[in-house]
Amino acid sequence: MVGRRFAAALPGLMGVVVGTFLLTRALPGDPAAFFAGPSASRQAIEEIRARLGLDRSLVAQFGVYVRDLARLDLGTSLSTGQPVTRDLLARLPASLELTLSGLLLAVGVALPLGVLASTRPGSLVDHACRVLTTAGVSLPIFFTGLVLVYVFYFLLGWAPAPLGRLDAFSSAPPPRSGFYLVDSLAAGDPAVFLASLRQLILPAVTLGLFAMAPIARMTRGGMLGVLGSDFVRTARASGLSRGTVLFTYAFRNAMLPVITTLGMVFSFLLGANVLVEKVFAWPGVGSYALEALIASDYAPVQGFVLTMATLYVLLNLAIDVLYGIVDPRVRIES
Amino acid sequence: MKGLLVHGRYLLADNRVTFAAFLLFLAFVAAAVLGPSLVPYDPLASNTAEALRPPSRAHWFGTDQLGRDLLSRVVVATRLDLAIALAAVALAFSVGTCAGAAAGFYGGWTDRIVGRVIDTIMAFPLFVLAMGIVAALGNTLANIVYATAIINIPFYARLARSEVNVRREMGFVEAARLSGNGGARVLAVHLVPNSLPPMMVQVSLNLGWAILNAAGLSFIGLGVRPPTPEWGIMVAEGAAFIVSGEWWIALFPGAALMLAVFCFNLLGDGLRDLIDPRRRT
Repeated sequence: MVGRRFAAALPGLMGVVVGTFLLTRALPGDPAAFFAGPSASRQAIEEIRARLGLDRSLVAQFGVYVRDLARLDLGTSLSTGQPVTRDLLARLPASLELTLSGLLLAVGVALPLGVLASTRPGSLVDHACRVLTTAGVSLPIFFTGLVLVYVFYFLLGWAPAPLGRLDAFSSAPPPRSGFYLVDSLAAGDPAVFLASLRQLILPAVTLGLFAMAPIARMTRGGMLGVLGSDFVRTARASGLSRGTVLFTYAFRNAMLPVITTLGMVFSFLLGANVLVEKVFAWPGVGSYALEALIASDYAPVQGFVLTMATLYVLLNLAIDVLYGIVDPRVRIES
Repeated sequence: MKGLLVHGRYLLADNRVTFAAFLLFLAFVAAAVLGPSLVPYDPLASNTAEALRPPSRAHWFGTDQLGRDLLSRVVVATRLDLAIALAAVALAFSVGTCAGAAAGFYGGWTDRIVGRVIDTIMAFPLFVLAMGIVAALGNTLANIVYATAIINIPFYARLARSEVNVRREMGFVEAARLSGNGGARVLAVHLVPNSLPPMMVQVSLNLGWAILNAAGLSFIGLGVRPPTPEWGIMVAEGAAFIVSGEWWIALFPGAALMLAVFCFNLLGDGLRDLIDPRRRT
């Protein structure tokens, strides 16, 4: 089943490859000069032109592009002088740690909140849920982040300065997964674990607040729909306990639209990550791409867009598989 | 039309929130149109003697690091922010509606090609795609508009496609055909106008999102250049001063941005009530 899903994700992946290829061809003027940077010599430009195959036909150029991609060659960053692939891999764990914590936080709060709101329509919880969902879609994420920094760092002094993954007094744990929380625990270093957790909380909450809104909204809506349906009434009438009706019957069915929404939430989160990384000086792929963008260093930006899009396609694949697990009908039909 | 107006007035009276959003919308329009002639100070004039002053009677929103009056800057920025969002949404609306309506009406290859292009756009995280487009096309204001428009096209195209598709075989379309109208005319005169109400709801909900996206792009330093007053870039300028406690520089433009998005989202909900009473929440 996973194999078939993977095949279904291939067109998306191909679209991403073609899309990024077209973007490079949309570069104003001479792409070779663009990739070489403003201070490159004429000879360097010619070299890059030959390497990118810009003197050949569009189809041949696409072939070269795909071949480089297959070798995971995303070009060289002008500002760091390193291959883009290596830079991205070094910074990806920071971004993933942030995104995943934000998402976990959002799901952890939004699901119970949505369920509670749906079982008590018109109550205080319901109103809180509605305020949260409306505010969540209207708040600019960089603004939420700044407000949190002002309140929790400047006014209350609870949070550390918004400057990266660790404060100046701790050193990074020995890298295994690249996730500081995991690595510090694996190295048996609770001090570093706490230090990195303190740095992570505010940006993760910022992302979480943003992702919470659509999840809570869909959970509430889905649960309200299912709770009013005939089979739930039948289950209640058959004398099943409240918990069984709510979780075994209603919750599982209400989860289907929520899982579908998760795809959209991921899309927004990967974009929002860039903004949050800028606010909190988080050394992830987003801030890497931003530095490159401002310096007109195109290869890292292209690598970043490709990586994020690939990640997103893979996440959608995971969601599809999850959908099949939650809803047996999908499995039977396929 | 008259019936719609009466119904609209009834809804506005019935739903206080929508009414408030409508008033807020009028205020934003007024600020966008009249703003530059209303504000007390020149939004670009710096006065270093008055730099970093908190809100006071002379400067209601305080002053920034160059001593520029923040109230003036926030109000003047309204026009640019709304213009970017409006231009992007108008572009996305026209392109998306045409492509989607054609796909829904003709089916076959048109449908397949439009569907493929939309799927490709949607395969990217949208904000990241917008960043990539601006990086590729060049860091200018016009390209911010194009990038925001491109990431909005799929929503219109999908909606237009399904709206046209469900009406394609309806009686009034048959009648139009039988009276000798060609395919393109049926599509443009009979099908698209009937699909407009749900599209307008999408426009209103989309405007808020477009404002957020454009402001996000200028927050990270794309498009709008520093002295120009624009909400996203003003928040970015204020971000450096948050850690030292000068909150007003980022707060007021950020709050204006938030209010604008909030206003369009609420209006969108209200518009949906007006057009489709069954989906009222």
